[in-house]
Amino acid sequence: MADYYVPEIPRSERIPRMVKHLFAKMPEIESARAKLITESYKASEGQPQTIRRALAFSHILKNIPIIIRPEELIVGSTTIAPRGCQTYPEFSYEWLEKEFDTVEKREADPFYISKKTAEEIKEADKYWKGRTSSELAENYMTPETRKAQEHNIFTAGNYYFNGIGHYTVDYGRVITCGYEGLIREAAEELSKCNAGDSDCAEKSALLKAMIIDYQAAIDYAGRYADLAEQEAGKESDPKRKEELQRIASNCRTAPAKGAKNFWEACQCFWFIQQLLQLESSGHSISPGRFDQYMYPFYKKDMDDNAITRDFAQELIDCIWVKLNDLNKCRDEQSAKGFAGYSLFQNLIVGGQDKEGRDVTNDISFMCITASKHVFLPMPSLSIRVWNGSPHDLLVRAADLTRTGIGLPAWYNDEVIIPAMMNRGVTLEDARDYSIIGCVEPSVPGKTFGWHDAAFFNMCRPLELVFSNGYDLGERISIQTGEVENMQTYEEFFEAYKKQMDYMITLLVNADNSIDVAHGKLNPDPYASGMVSDCMKNGKAIEQGGAHYNFTGPQGFGIANVGNALYAVKKLVFDEKKVTMRELKNALKMNFGEPLDEQSITDLAIESIAEMKAQGREVSEKDLPQVIATVASMELPEDVRNRYKEIRQMILDLPKFGNDIDEVDEFAREAAYTYSKPVQNYRNPRGGIFQAGMYPVSANVPLGAQTGATPDGRLAHTPVADGVSPYVGTDTHGPTAACNSVAKLDHGICSNGTLFNQKFHPSALSGTKALDDFVALIRSYFDQKGMHMQFNVVSRETLLDAQKHPENYQHLVVRVAGYSALFTTLSRSLQDDIISRTEQTSAI
Amino acid sequence: MLSEECLNKTGRIFDIQRYSIHDGAGIRTIVFLKGCFFRCRWCCNPESQSHEIETLMVAGKPKIMGQDVTVREVMETVEKDRDYYRRSGGGLTLSGGEMLFQPDFARCLLMAAKDAGITTAVESTGFAKWETVESLLPYIDQFLMDIKHINSGKHKEFIGAGNELVLENARKIADYPGVELSVRVPTIPTFNATPEEIRDIAEFAGSLSHVKRIHLLPYHRLGSDKYTGLNRAYPMGDTELPDGEQMRMLRKVAEEASGLECVLGG
Repeated sequence: MADYYVPEIPRSERIPRMVKHLFAKMPEIESARAKLITESYKASEGQPQTIRRALAFSHILKNIPIIIRPEELIVGSTTIAPRGCQTYPEFSYEWLEKEFDTVEKREADPFYISKKTAEEIKEADKYWKGRTSSELAENYMTPETRKAQEHNIFTAGNYYFNGIGHYTVDYGRVITCGYEGLIREAAEELSKCNAGDSDCAEKSALLKAMIIDYQAAIDYAGRYADLAEQEAGKESDPKRKEELQRIASNCRTAPAKGAKNFWEACQCFWFIQQLLQLESSGHSISPGRFDQYMYPFYKKDMDDNAITRDFAQELIDCIWVKLNDLNKCRDEQSAKGFAGYSLFQNLIVGGQDKEGRDVTNDISFMCITASKHVFLPMPSLSIRVWNGSPHDLLVRAADLTRTGIGLPAWYNDEVIIPAMMNRGVTLEDARDYSIIGCVEPSVPGKTFGWHDAAFFNMCRPLELVFSNGYDLGERISIQTGEVENMQTYEEFFEAYKKQMDYMITLLVNADNSIDVAHGKLNPDPYASGMVSDCMKNGKAIEQGGAHYNFTGPQGFGIANVGNALYAVKKLVFDEKKVTMRELKNALKMNFGEPLDEQSITDLAIESIAEMKAQGREVSEKDLPQVIATVASMELPEDVRNRYKEIRQMILDLPKFGNDIDEVDEFAREAAYTYSKPVQNYRNPRGGIFQAGMYPVSANVPLGAQTGATPDGRLAHTPVADGVSPYVGTDTHGPTAACNSVAKLDHGICSNGTLFNQKFHPSALSGTKALDDFVALIRSYFDQKGMHMQFNVVSRETLLDAQKHPENYQHLVVRVAGYSALFTTLSRSLQDDIISRTEQTSAI
Repeated sequence: MLSEECLNKTGRIFDIQRYSIHDGAGIRTIVFLKGCFFRCRWCCNPESQSHEIETLMVAGKPKIMGQDVTVREVMETVEKDRDYYRRSGGGLTLSGGEMLFQPDFARCLLMAAKDAGITTAVESTGFAKWETVESLLPYIDQFLMDIKHINSGKHKEFIGAGNELVLENARKIADYPGVELSVRVPTIPTFNATPEEIRDIAEFAGSLSHVKRIHLLPYHRLGSDKYTGLNRAYPMGDTELPDGEQMRMLRKVAEEASGLECVLGG
C-alpha cells in the first residue's frame, strides 16, 4: 500500500484571521529598498558588479524595517504594510514616476503610494538615469527590433523592465545545510581559484559576493530572532509568548546551520523565498517540489512524535499565507498582462523521483488542503500526473478544482519528460522537473530557463501578410508581396511563415539584448549560489552559470491563426467565394461592424502615410482632421452587407476545438510556424531557445492591439489564449475540445503549453462526476496533451461579481497559468474569462 | 465482423451528446433517437417525441430537429471518445425519444458498439413487445429503465399509455443474464412525488430479481422553452420543483421500501 495519509486535515482558526489581516487594505508601495540600494551603489562605484550587488543586498538586509504580523508562525516580511512592495530602480524606474498619480486608481493591480514615499523614491531614482538594465538592453537592440516592439508584434517587457525571476533554487539543500553550508562551499571554491586563472577575476568576485549575501541573510534572520524575543517579552498571552520564543529560536540558528525539524524547515524555506524576491523582484520564483524537499523533516518529526499532523498542516497553511504577502508593482501595461497581483510562485506536488517511482506523500495532500484552507491565488499550485499517479491524489486535486479556485494546474509527466530530454536534459533530471511561473517545465536547482521571455502575438504577422510588411503606414517588416496577387494558398501560407520567421529573429534579438544587459549590470549572487553549477562555473545565473540554460518565449493566438488559414484556403482559394481583395478590405473595415476609436485612428494614420507617399503635403498635425473625416465616413450599404456576409461565411466554417481533423490540422501547422523556427536560436548563456504556447493574460491587452483577423474575430478583441480553442467556438463539449488540442504537437513546446477549460459547477458535483473529471484529464494526457487547467464558476456568478464586486472579494478564478482574485482583474479580462465556453455535461 | 447491412442501417436521431456523465457508468456519448411511444407531460425533450422532422425555434433561430444517419456515421462520432471510455469505464448510451421506437436501428448501433469493444447503455421505457426487447438485450450492458407509476390509470392519464407492458418487461429484463438493470423514476409533483407513490414503485423494484439501484430524477423545467420553440403549450404549467429536503425524504422512503441503493439524479 502506498505510504500517505489521505483524509483532509481541519483548518486552524488562525488562518482565516491571518488572511483577513492580509487583505484589509489596498497594497502599498514602500521606499526603503530604493533608498538603501541607491546609498550603497553610490558608495561602491568602481567595484566589480557582483560585489556591488552583494554590498547593496547586505545594506538593504541590515536596514530595511522588519515586522512580525499578528499570529504569524513563519516570519519575514519585505514591507511593513501587508502585501506591500518595494521598488527596484536598478532595472527600470521611469514608468513608476510617470504613474505616481495614477497607480492608486488604475484598473489593473492598483497600489497606494504616499506623497512622502513618492518623493523619496523620486530622489533615489535620480541616481539611476543611464544606469538601468532596461536602458542598456534597449541600446543593444537593433532599430528593427525596437520598432517591432513599438508596433506590438511582441513584447519582452517582463525581463526588459524587471528583475529576472523564473527559477527554482535548490531549496532542499539550503534548508538542510543552512547559509553557512553555502558559505563553506563558496569559500572552498574560492580557495581553488588561482591568481593566474583566466576566470579568476570574475569567479572570485562572484564567490565573495555570495559569501557577503549569505552572511547578510543570516544576520537578517538574526534581526527577526531579536524582534521575536522582544515581542515575546512584551506578550501577555502565554501561548503566543511561547510561539514567539520558538520563532526567535527558529530564526536564531536554523537559517545559518540548517533545519533540524519541520517548523525550522518551514522558516528556512520562507527566508530563502522572501530574500530571492527581495534581491531582484523577478516574478515566478517558484518553490517547485515542496512536497519532496520538505518531507524528510516532516517524516522525522512524525517518527519522533515531535509534531502533530494538524500542526504541520497549520505551518504549511501559514506559508501559503506568506506567499500572498509578497507583491510587486508593475507598469500599467505589464500589469494588464500579468493581472491579479500575481507573482506566479509555482509549487508542484506528486510525480516521480529521479528513478521513475511515484513519490506522492502526506505533504502532497497537505499542500492541496492548504490551498483549500487559505483560498488565495498563491502559490500557483500544480500537480504532476503520470500513468502511475494514485487516483486518491488526483481526486483530491479535482476536489480542489471544483471549489472554483482554478487550482491546481495539471501537468503530464508522460509528455514533459521526453520534451525536456529532447532539449538535452538527462532522464534523471527530467524526471525531477518542476514548473516555473505559469506552465514552464524546468529542472529545479539546476536551470536558468529565461522562461516567459516574451509574448509573441502570432496574429500580428498575419496582419503583416495583408499589409505587405506595413503597419500604421510604416514599413516594419519584410515585404512578402501584395496579398491580392497571391495565386495559391501555399503562396499565402509561405508569406505568413516568412513574416513569422522575420519577427522571430527580432524577438530573439530583443531577448538576447536583455539577457546580456542583465548579465552585465544585475547578476544575482544570492540566487546564483543556490543553483548549480554557478559556484563551480564562477558565473551568475544571468551569465550562464547554471547547469541548464534556455530561453523560452511564448506564442499565442494559435486558434485564431489556424482558423484564419483554414478560412482563407476554403473561401478564397478552394471555393472562391471571396476574393483576397474583398477579404483584405473587410478586415480593414472590421467586417462592416462599427469601428472603434483605435481603428479610426489607425486608418487615419495609414491614410496620412499614403497621402505622404503620393507626395501630398500633410503632416501629423492634420491627424485630428483626418480622424474626423474617417469617423464620419459611411460604408455604402451593399459593401457593408457584403463584409458582414463574408464574416458569416467564415463563422459558419468548422473551427479548431471541435475534433474536426481538417481544421485542427491547420491549427497544428499554425503552431509549428512558431515552435519550429524558435528552436533554431541560441542565447548568450550558451543555451538554446525553446517555444512555449501560453499567454499569461496578455491575450487580452495584445488582442486589443490587433485588428480584425480572417477567422472572423473582430478588431481589438482578445485573441485565443494558449493552445485553447478561441472563446465560444468549441461547441462540442470538453472531450472534443481536448481531442482537438491534443492534436497539436505539445512535445516540441518544451517551454510549456496552456489549455484552459471552463466548467459549470454542475458538471463536477457528486463523487462520480469527480472520477469522470479525473478520467477526462487522464484521457487528454493519454493523447499527449501537456497541461490543463480549469475554471469552475458559473457564468451567473461571474456576472453577478461584476455587478457586486463587494460581495466577491475572495472569488478566485483561473486566468492563464495562474489564479487571481476576480474582482482585481480589469473589466476586459473579466469579460474574456466570462466568454470562455462553459462546458457542461448532458442533463 | 459486423455486416455492411448493419453499418449502413439508417435511423433518425436528433442529437449526439458527448461527455455525458449522468447516464450510465463513466464518460458516455449519448445518441438521442427520435420518436417515442409516450407523451409524458413533463418530458424535457419534447422535440424527441414525434418521429417526424420538426423545426424548433432556439433563441429566435430555426433549428431542424431530426436527421437521418447511418450506423457508420454515428459510430464515427462515438469512436472519437474511446480514450475517455477506457479511462472512465464509459461508452455509448442510446436515449431518446425511445430507442425501441426504432428497434432495428438501435440493435445495429448496439451491435456496432459491442463489435468495436465499446460498452453500451440504454435509457428506455421498455415499452415494446418482449420479442423486440429481447432481441436487443445481448448487446446491452446497462439498462436504465424508467418506471413512472404503479397505477396504470394514472400512468395512462399523464403518459398516454398504461404500464402493464412496462412492468412485465421490467421483470423479464431483471431476469435476463448479463444486463445490469437500474430503475429510474422521474419524480414529478402532481404525478408521483408522494411517499405512497414512490413507495409503490420502490416496492416493485425491490421485488425484481436483479436491480442495481434506483435513481430518483427530480422534476425540472429546463425543457419548457423548447415547448415554446415548437409552438406548443407547456403541459406542466408552473408546477413547483421538488426541494432538496423532499427529495431526500423520498429517497429514504424508496430505500426502505426496496432494500436497494437509491440515489438522487442520474
